[in-house]
Amino acid sequence: MSPVLEATGLVRIYEGRKGLLGKPAPVRAVDGVSLQVRPGETLGIVGESGSGKSTLGRMLLGIDPAQGGGVRFAGAALPALATPQWRALRARMQMVYQDPLAALDRRLPIAAQIREPLDIHRIGTPDARAARVEELFSAVGLRPDQAERYPHELSGGQRQRVVIARALATSPELLVCDEPVSALDVSIQAQVVNLLRELQADRRLSMVFISHDLKVVRNLCDRVAVMYLGRIVEQGEAHQLFAAPKHPYTQALISSVPEPGRGLDSRVILQGEPPDPARRPTGCAFHPRCSLATDICRAETPELKPASGHQLAACHHVPDARASRAA
Amino acid sequence: MNNLVEIRDLRVAFDGVPVLHGIDLAIAPGEALGLVGESGCGKSVTWLAALGLLPSKARVSGKVHLGDTDLSAAPRSKLETVRGGRMAMIFQDPSSAMNPVLKVGKQLCEALRLHRGLTGRAAKDEALRLLDMVGIPDAKGRFGLYPHEFSGGQCQRLMIAMALAGEPDLLIADEPTTALDATIQAQILDLLTQLRKDRDMAMVFISHDLGAVAQVCERVCVMYAGRIVEQGSVKTMFNRPRHPYTRGLFDAIPRLHGPRTPLVPIPGTVPDPRKLPKGCAFAPRCFNAKPFCESQIPDLLPQRDERKLACAYPLKDSNPSARFQSEDERLMQ
Repeated sequence: MSPVLEATGLVRIYEGRKGLLGKPAPVRAVDGVSLQVRPGETLGIVGESGSGKSTLGRMLLGIDPAQGGGVRFAGAALPALATPQWRALRARMQMVYQDPLAALDRRLPIAAQIREPLDIHRIGTPDARAARVEELFSAVGLRPDQAERYPHELSGGQRQRVVIARALATSPELLVCDEPVSALDVSIQAQVVNLLRELQADRRLSMVFISHDLKVVRNLCDRVAVMYLGRIVEQGEAHQLFAAPKHPYTQALISSVPEPGRGLDSRVILQGEPPDPARRPTGCAFHPRCSLATDICRAETPELKPASGHQLAACHHVPDARASRAA
Repeated sequence: MNNLVEIRDLRVAFDGVPVLHGIDLAIAPGEALGLVGESGCGKSVTWLAALGLLPSKARVSGKVHLGDTDLSAAPRSKLETVRGGRMAMIFQDPSSAMNPVLKVGKQLCEALRLHRGLTGRAAKDEALRLLDMVGIPDAKGRFGLYPHEFSGGQCQRLMIAMALAGEPDLLIADEPTTALDATIQAQILDLLTQLRKDRDMAMVFISHDLGAVAQVCERVCVMYAGRIVEQGSVKTMFNRPRHPYTRGLFDAIPRLHGPRTPLVPIPGTVPDPRKLPKGCAFAPRCFNAKPFCESQIPDLLPQRDERKLACAYPLKDSNPSARFQSEDERLMQ
């Protein structure tokens, strides 16, 4: 099956500056990322802050132009930002943001906001639009009597439902969610995660789910890509990747999730912090924090290569599945 | 054993709206207590009120004892020696809790001068020792840097160093790892556990993350809408939660191991403090609620297994953690 979304060698460089008068130093926020999203599939992108996962999400929709590589959506290259063709395409690919209050217009009743994409893209007659809004209300679990409410009158979970309903209004094929549940309380988070699960199943929606919360990602995603400093260091089927992570960074990341019933002692605690993207270590960017690091890690950047099954890892110390099979 | 801190019938109201409805809590010396609940349940307000840190529009009543000192009746000058001295607090957002235009070394020395009377060379030496203890690499070289020159995790370490400056008997950590990345969160939890062990310091760990609480605390209090609804040792609470809300919190967390099943959310939302239900505040969201729950507020009563519970119809044999237990057994083998 051909992928809905295909990114090849994406690069995004920001002109960072140290201090007010310092020399500009290029920051490679996204550094050669390739990925595919198949129809009906949910791809999770995990990583710590500064790993470039949000920038990548914006690039996949063409909101942040790529400086290298390209994105193909439904088989065709993504048109340039702000062109009429790009705007038309945006009806088929939508985004859900982390902070619903910031993503909604405070002075507009929520029904009007959910309707807005239909007006902008001139979908259906006015009557059909009203019916569609009603349908969306029930699809995301909002009550019809809340239609004339303003965002500040709703709870955090309800606001996020409004944002999701608005994103679904144009029946997109692809939804990019950037930390959609991070700002919500656990009991409400579960409600929104379940809503996304239902949408996946009912509408065969393809989704890119960006999050730092591994537990939610495992629960929602079919495949997962782990990012570290602008690169994908491991990628694979969710169940495989969580059960048997190959890359030392993924191992540490999974181990660092506190779970009741597991003591501190059994955990891998990484030393140090994610390095500054402006001062990227040579070779493998993870080597200063890695317990396995050797000379080759300091000198050469590892490529993403098959580790086992459908799992890929970018680590010199993970044996190449192709090579070992041949041997 | 005498308790280090005792809070009795602590009540807080903002603009006439009660948000805390009588909290009773005791903390033994050296103990780590977790305070769990969703936003707005009053877990932070409890301690801000105890330390006299709430704005003047808040009406606070009840008693707070630190050893033999009655903090609720103490004058401001007395409170100021206790705050940061015997009781210190660290917050969720470390970078906004520090003064951005003062060098970190200076801020640390200030705390040392206020609480321990150290000045000059002695203060600097002690400050360097503290920085070293909380794991700031190259403490000497970074003594003269400003807070913005440190990362989020480092800032939290600085806050911890500053909190330790007064050699507190009790450290109140309000969501100390919520704003941090997963690998850094693990480091800070590790640091807090280590410090507590080394200094025999009591700790209150306020968090909405049950996993983090389980790792650093011995006892847990679950709060809902301004009341404690269940309280007990980590082990009893996590293996057999009896309040439907506690159970609901467990079921709502996605798991990192085991089968992928739909999550079990708690229906509805936290009630508005201005429009609290007449009976048990959790009743409208509770799957186990009976007519009695809608009319009577249950008291927090001691149970046979040393836990306290505020529920008229507690769960009998609640075992959400079959998934955890298999993990436990695996670890024990």
